[in-house]
Amino acid sequence: MSDEIRIVVKNFNAYYGEKHALKNVNIDIPANKIMAMIGPSGCGKSTFLRSINRMNDLIENFKVDGQMMIDGNDVYDKTIDVTSLRRRVGMVFQKPNPFPKTIYENVAYGLRVNRLFKDNKELEHKIEKSLVEAGLWEEVKDDLDKSAFELSGGQQQRLCIARALVIQPEVILMDEPTASLDPISTAKIEELIQVLKKDYTIVIVTHNMQQAARVADNTSFFMLGELIEYDVTSRMFTKPVKKITEDYITGRFG
Amino acid sequence: MERHFDEELNNLKKNILKMASLVDESIAKAIKSLLERKEDLAIEVENEDNAIDMVEIEVDMLCLDLLARRQPIAIDLRFITSVMKINSDLERIGDLAANIGHKVQILLKYPQLKPLIDIPRMAELVRAMLKDSITALVDKNTELARNITARDHEVDELYVQVFREVLTHMMDDNENIKNGIELILIAKHLERMADHVTNIAEDIVYMVEGKTIKHQFEP
Ligand SMILES: Nc1ncnc2c1ncn2[C@@H]1O[C@H](COP(=O)(O)OP(=O)(O)OP(=O)(O)O)[C@@H](O)[C@H]1O
Ligand SMILES: [Mg+2]
Repeated sequence: MSDEIRIVVKNFNAYYGEKHALKNVNIDIPANKIMAMIGPSGCGKSTFLRSINRMNDLIENFKVDGQMMIDGNDVYDKTIDVTSLRRRVGMVFQKPNPFPKTIYENVAYGLRVNRLFKDNKELEHKIEKSLVEAGLWEEVKDDLDKSAFELSGGQQQRLCIARALVIQPEVILMDEPTASLDPISTAKIEELIQVLKKDYTIVIVTHNMQQAARVADNTSFFMLGELIEYDVTSRMFTKPVKKITEDYITGRFG
Repeated sequence: MERHFDEELNNLKKNILKMASLVDESIAKAIKSLLERKEDLAIEVENEDNAIDMVEIEVDMLCLDLLARRQPIAIDLRFITSVMKINSDLERIGDLAANIGHKVQILLKYPQLKPLIDIPRMAELVRAMLKDSITALVDKNTELARNITARDHEVDELYVQVFREVLTHMMDDNENIKNGIELILIAKHLERMADHVTNIAEDIVYMVEGKTIKHQFEP
């Protein structure tokens, strides 16, 4: 993994009150690559993901220590502007969560709150561009004024991806983005993720081993809050170093 | 945790073991037909190759089915892909045994050239290597597997010895050339069998350790 590193995590710990949810995690996440996170339920994957863009700040008693750096900037530095951090680090969730607005306004939202356009022409242009990037444009270009809820689940998820892309983040975090989708929508999203890595650094949580094997360049395996193994995906899925990793990914676990 | 998949893998293992034991029987029969000059046995070996080919196809289908349905990874993936390779090496060994059966039928038309000592020794060595490779597969014993690759040289040396000796007979008397060549080819077949068993042993090391030791590539 001799790539440019976008995210550096050193001796990182996270706590929900007494609960020690991430234990001394050290990990380098390369730029323009896809990193998959796998591990049993409750091992801390979502906690890790949400620690990258400080989505956990609102949770009472949530504390972290150690280092979480994006491009050399400490995410938990007191002087950092959390809104601009979230602009640089977008997120897509397990269930598509469009706003109760039109398709157009869903994508426009991030541009409006961040004032990222000069005039209507630029706004329209950016919206179209990100819908194209998300692979949704052809399906919705004549229905931009329809409610986002009229889209199918897979389309809604791609809309949420377009919404994340439109503000041009550097990093995209995805927490089980295809968990509620059918195989065709899943395949579309997987294809999309692989196209997107050209311009973005992607961290994806998945419970589907084959999905991690298909799309990720690197894969990390977490258990009980600890990073157990981290390697290029092809090695993780042909010959992992640790027995426990092999037992988990082959379903011999527990 | 016991998986349903494990039952299917066990079934695959059973089939590859069956394949190995059929092949082993073929070698034994082929050499017996040569030593005891039994034409009916030689014909039998040649015909029985069909049965081995059928099992080969069966094992292949099982592997493809598991790859498609289970999308195996890690040790499961290494096991299935190794079985596919071992299967094809076993099939080749079966072909060679059948071919020996064919050559024995030709040889029996001539008087015996010389007492056979090294050829049965080669066959014994090949069969012992084959037996150990199957044990290594079942027990995931890489020490045993590595030991097999070392024994390949013994078979090579015996082949060279047979070649020299038969050549001398052929030079002594032109009449010995036709059956001499068949004998050399039989020895060559046994030597090739040992190469295939060596491949099998290397696949087992890869399967267990994820390391390639083929082509003297031991990192
Ligand atoms: N808001 C919270 N308050 C207290 N504990 C929490 C909170 N969120 C998560 N935890 C605990 O932290 C640990 C890690 O949870 P996390 O959600 O990161 O796991 P996960 O790996 O994402 O699991 P899953 O695969 O089920 O989504 C768990 O033990 C969980 O119970
Ligand atoms: Mg989670």
